[in-house]
Amino acid sequence: MTQDEVIIAIKDIIAQIAPDEDLTNLEMDVRLREQIELDSMDFLDIVMELRKLYGVQVPEKDYMELATLAGCVKYLHPLLEKKPLHCAQGAPIS
Amino acid sequence: MAYDTLIIGAGMSGLAAGIRLAQFDRRVLILERHSLWGGLNSFYKLKGRMFDSGLHALTNFAPRHAAGLPLTRILRQLRIPYEALKLGEQAGSRLIHAGRELRFHNDPRLFFEEFARVFPGEIDGLRRLVADFPGYDAPPGGADCDDSARARLSQYIRDPAAVDCLMLPTCIYGSAREDDVDWDQFTFLFRAIFLEGFSRPEGGIKSLLDLLLARLKAVGGELRTNCGVRRILTRAGSVTGVELDSGEEIPCERVFSSAGHTETLRLLDPRDVPSAAPGRDPAHADQSRAPRLSYFESISVTAEAPAAYGYGDTVTFFNLGERFRYRVPTQDIDSESGVICSPNNFARTTPLAEGMLRLTVLANHAHWTRLAPDEYAAAKQDAADRMLAAATRAVPALSALPPRVLMRDTFTPRTLEHYTGHLGGAVYGAPRKSRDGTSGVGRLSLIGTDQGMLGIIGALLSGITIANHHVLAESLR
Ligand SMILES: Cc1cc2nc3c(=O)[nH]c(=O)nc-3n(C[C@H](O)[C@H](O)[C@H](O)COP(=O)(O)OP(=O)(O)OC[C@H]3O[C@@H](n4cnc5c(N)ncnc54)[C@H](O)[C@@H]3O)c2cc1C
Repeated sequence: MTQDEVIIAIKDIIAQIAPDEDLTNLEMDVRLREQIELDSMDFLDIVMELRKLYGVQVPEKDYMELATLAGCVKYLHPLLEKKPLHCAQGAPIS
Repeated sequence: MAYDTLIIGAGMSGLAAGIRLAQFDRRVLILERHSLWGGLNSFYKLKGRMFDSGLHALTNFAPRHAAGLPLTRILRQLRIPYEALKLGEQAGSRLIHAGRELRFHNDPRLFFEEFARVFPGEIDGLRRLVADFPGYDAPPGGADCDDSARARLSQYIRDPAAVDCLMLPTCIYGSAREDDVDWDQFTFLFRAIFLEGFSRPEGGIKSLLDLLLARLKAVGGELRTNCGVRRILTRAGSVTGVELDSGEEIPCERVFSSAGHTETLRLLDPRDVPSAAPGRDPAHADQSRAPRLSYFESISVTAEAPAAYGYGDTVTFFNLGERFRYRVPTQDIDSESGVICSPNNFARTTPLAEGMLRLTVLANHAHWTRLAPDEYAAAKQDAADRMLAAATRAVPALSALPPRVLMRDTFTPRTLEHYTGHLGGAVYGAPRKSRDGTSGVGRLSLIGTDQGMLGIIGALLSGITIANHHVLAESLR
């Protein structure tokens, strides 16, 4: 997965959890919770989906690293580099 | 097939917990004693008509996109699209207490205006009270969760009639405690009823249950109906599986039970039942003899909608006496207070084919179970007539109902106990709740009624919350 694909992967997971949110213009460096409505239950789901889809384990102490999209890329890219992107519903993203 | 989690009961809490766990690849099987799913809020067919067994109104209405509200959270957690529910909002509801009338609907301003009109000296107290509610993000089961809502209210509101006005709907829609409501439950219910409000899925409870079941199947969860659990099997104080009414044994890693606390402990070998030693969480004290509140309900079908004979409310809470009494009645029913409601009085895209009116009052379980089979049917008709007479004193338009009734079905605490297995036909379970969902037995979690989140929305949240805390978040540690 490239860094851009990490962003696609994260947005795809958020789109699953919060289908009503508009994810087209998300800023990289602004906290996700300030741009869209995500609560702690949703955060648990992002972490659960990452594990389910890509086998990545994010320990609780590292949740803060995922606060922004830029943070997600920085933290997740090394873990996802060797994994192919596939979206939460299983269909590959074109 | 080996299962990670077996769930006892396919009510709202069991279905929600099942979806959450299966969604994250847990192998889940829900075991339901009855032929239908839904538990207290199910559906049935009688003389060619479909009835909802419970649904008056879905509380906690949230408009689409409304963030942070219970309904939005539930739909997100279960991955059910908002539009799929096809919610129709209430026409408007009323609270009638000892001759005072307060209207309310999904715009909370109306209720505050009405409260200020009827209790001008108390409106500031009400505003302060609501401002002091804990947020939805407050962790469940805070130190003051069991506090008496009545006592809290009296710190803000002096007029006992104003306090009773707030107790009436919150007790009837979700208190397991006589003459009171737990403080956390009160704040949830007040929001659910007055700040968020009522709606109804256009297709009734069946459409919500269909969505839940389809979702459960889509994520690989299983449901077996006609499949009661008669024993929970343990080794060294921890769950290993269950034994069904048929004698079949199913091993598992963990059990979630929505059967009720005492009801669940009774499925265990008595040697495994945790004793209520002093210093233990009081939620685990023996609740088997605690008073349980149950209800009597009638559903009347008419050719026209109730608005045609002058009943336009979605829900009416009424209390006739000077003080509101919320206790197990000494007689068959207590018709001094109750609820009137009609599924016709919600916004809809196509009107219901017929009119339907539901009346509900408190009832005494022991009285109804003592009746001989040949007395039971007549006793139901008699109680339903007295209940209607009382409701007509609160809402005179109901005097036009009797000649129009095409059919009337009634159910009693005995019916409720039969269909849900809850002791005493208790709609809201035992008075003491186990808010953290622990049962005192290893790998046995309580969800639903006796975990303490009540009503349809509460039960769904209960299943979700306990699945998240006891299994999903745990697996990340
Ligand atoms: C008449 C009535 C009207 C209501 N109206 C409303 C309303 O308008 N709005 C609202 O929000 N709430 C309403 N409620 C309350 C709401 O229905 C409940 O709070 C909620 O459905 C409880 O869900 P639950 O999952 O906790 O329990 P339940 O629905 O009781 O589910 C428990 C399930 O477990 C099964 N079970 C028990 N023991 C066993 C066993 N040993 N083996 C297998 N299965 C077992 C039972 O058969 C049952 O299906 C109403 C309730 C009633 C009775």
